[in-house]
Amino acid sequence: MNDTQRALWSERAAITAAWVAGILMFFPIFWMALTSFKTELEAIAVPPTIIFDPTLENFSLIQERTDYTGFAWNSIITSVGGTALAMAIAVPAAYAMAFFPGRRTKDVLLWMLSTKMLPAVGVLMPIYLISQKLGLLDTRIVLVVIYAMINLPIVIWLLFTYFREIPKEILEASRMDGTSTFNEIVEIVIPLSWGGVASTALLSIVLLWNEAFWSINLTSSDAGTLTALVASFSSPEGLFWSKLSAVSTAACAPIVVLGWFCQKQLVQGLTFGAVK
Amino acid sequence: MKSLRSIALGLAIGLGGAATTAAGELTIATVNNGHMIEMQKLTSVFEEANPGITVKWVTLEEGVLRQRVTTDISTKGGQFDVMTIGMYEAPIWGERGWLEPLEFGADYGVDDILPAMRGGLSHDGTLYAAPFYGESSMVMYRKDLLDAAGMDMPDNPTWGHVQDAAAAMTDRDNGVYGICLRGKPGWGDNMAFLTTMANSFGARWFDEQWRPQLDSPAWNHAVSFYVDLLTNHGPPGSEANSFNEILALMNEGKCGMWIDATIAASFVTDPGQSKVADKIAFAQSPVAVTSRGANWLWAWALAVPSGTNQADEAKTFIEWATSREYIELVAATNGWGSVPTGTRTSTYENRNFLDAALFAEAELKAILSADPSNSTQDPTPYTGVQFAAIPEFQAIGIAVGQQMTAALAGKVSVAEALENAQDIADREMRKAGYY
Repeated sequence: MNDTQRALWSERAAITAAWVAGILMFFPIFWMALTSFKTELEAIAVPPTIIFDPTLENFSLIQERTDYTGFAWNSIITSVGGTALAMAIAVPAAYAMAFFPGRRTKDVLLWMLSTKMLPAVGVLMPIYLISQKLGLLDTRIVLVVIYAMINLPIVIWLLFTYFREIPKEILEASRMDGTSTFNEIVEIVIPLSWGGVASTALLSIVLLWNEAFWSINLTSSDAGTLTALVASFSSPEGLFWSKLSAVSTAACAPIVVLGWFCQKQLVQGLTFGAVK
Repeated sequence: MKSLRSIALGLAIGLGGAATTAAGELTIATVNNGHMIEMQKLTSVFEEANPGITVKWVTLEEGVLRQRVTTDISTKGGQFDVMTIGMYEAPIWGERGWLEPLEFGADYGVDDILPAMRGGLSHDGTLYAAPFYGESSMVMYRKDLLDAAGMDMPDNPTWGHVQDAAAAMTDRDNGVYGICLRGKPGWGDNMAFLTTMANSFGARWFDEQWRPQLDSPAWNHAVSFYVDLLTNHGPPGSEANSFNEILALMNEGKCGMWIDATIAASFVTDPGQSKVADKIAFAQSPVAVTSRGANWLWAWALAVPSGTNQADEAKTFIEWATSREYIELVAATNGWGSVPTGTRTSTYENRNFLDAALFAEAELKAILSADPSNSTQDPTPYTGVQFAAIPEFQAIGIAVGQQMTAALAGKVSVAEALENAQDIADREMRKAGYY
């Protein structure tokens, strides 16, 4: 086997592995979507049925029983709001760490990341009680603040990585021209790393859209997000698989569509630092 | 910058729509069970009859519901005006003053509530939660398979009968298993069933001095029987099965017999969700050395937390949702086969209901025979059939349940599992200051 053939086989193997990984990752989503069109009896059939008469009964039931639009609106507000607040804090923080690193910058970065290792349930009671005392239980405000905080470490890390790629000489030149720090960030740093900033924001929105723990524990009737709606379809006594699949499909659909439209920017942004 | 300002403005408007609770607006926490879903659909009838009161529903997964209502009630959070709780919580929370006592007018018919349900939801004679639907446990079996094996199931079988029937119905080649029982760990999962089984084998959780009795021969006998029965005649992976998993197997025709909540009878006899709906028959829970505590008693009930400032409106709602008139409303809307059962004597005296629900007689018999204050052969200091109504039981039940699952999966022997369980229970009880 010569080098060309070896390279060809290596490429084929990589493509096959990518397809296998892709199929493995996509299969649960495919199965969930398929089950959402089944009846409860078909959903539990052994062996599972692939060919069946699809029904929209589960989706109409969701529409009839729940305020899907209200939950979806809460998801949009809290995930976008949480991301906006996190970005507002993370951009100056990452700027300072990337362009004015101190002796402890790396330690601070590691410490921030280590907060992600703390199990959320460990701080549930204090946060619940603080929210209660401030009258913020079951409000979007409390979710936006908590969502921003839980995503802050990862957002700062990503932005730090992108900002570090910007040549310092450009910033020095702008400072020579008398640019203020604020303008330096808004007019030079962000535009130069726009792909990275956008992909960080998109990734943050996706992570927050899927967040369930805080939404389930801090909201009840007004500020519940789609993840809380999905959780409410689990039943201790009674079959619920097809209905749960339908509500999960409906909850995933908006973010899958967003991901589909933004996939180019996402991939571009996430590989921005890696290929440089 | 313009787009950033637009986003900020949009978010401010969105966040502005934060929660406010209007006067007369009740927030009710519940689970996603069929009867509760029906109650939500009929809420408009209540609202029309009670102008000035509106209802908001919060449906939660059972575990989350327990955690949320416990947090809310213990911190007086006031998130909920009406809570769906069970027979385990009602007397404990009532004693602590966390729930409002329930008193209703003469028209409500408190005496019509089944005595076992009323007793189980009261503390010192005061009712703290009104039963929305109740259940016991019983045997549900495939009459066609038993007939084919040339066997009968008595109305009051012993565990020996059940073992023989399970052996006769098992047909592994065709994927039919003689018996399906809960194996998933949890105080309300495998331990609910195993406690009733152990009761009938003469076991008890605690002696009169609150010392755990899990290392007793009766527990060993019961758990060994359970593990052998499921290993020889149960479906593979029983250690992961609870109510819904077995319901799916039963409806698919994969189980010859199932001993579980009486509420399951309405599901397994429903042709819309069961392939074997017309082949199911019922019997009372099996006994070994005593019939005491052989079948459990449970109710999903509605209660008013003491933290609410809308207690009167909340009680008005509960009075409506647990009344005879509500049961008649469900019957008029969906038929007598769909009414919430296990709560009122009058339901079981209604000919229309008896005709629609073939399981009614067996269910009533099971509920009436369950006595939470006398559920074991030897005396105990606790009440409750499938649980001991003390705050520590939840943690002990979960930990012991994990040991039983490990024994069922073959990871430890029955003796080892019970020894570990005894140590866990002993530690918890000492820590709580019982002795």
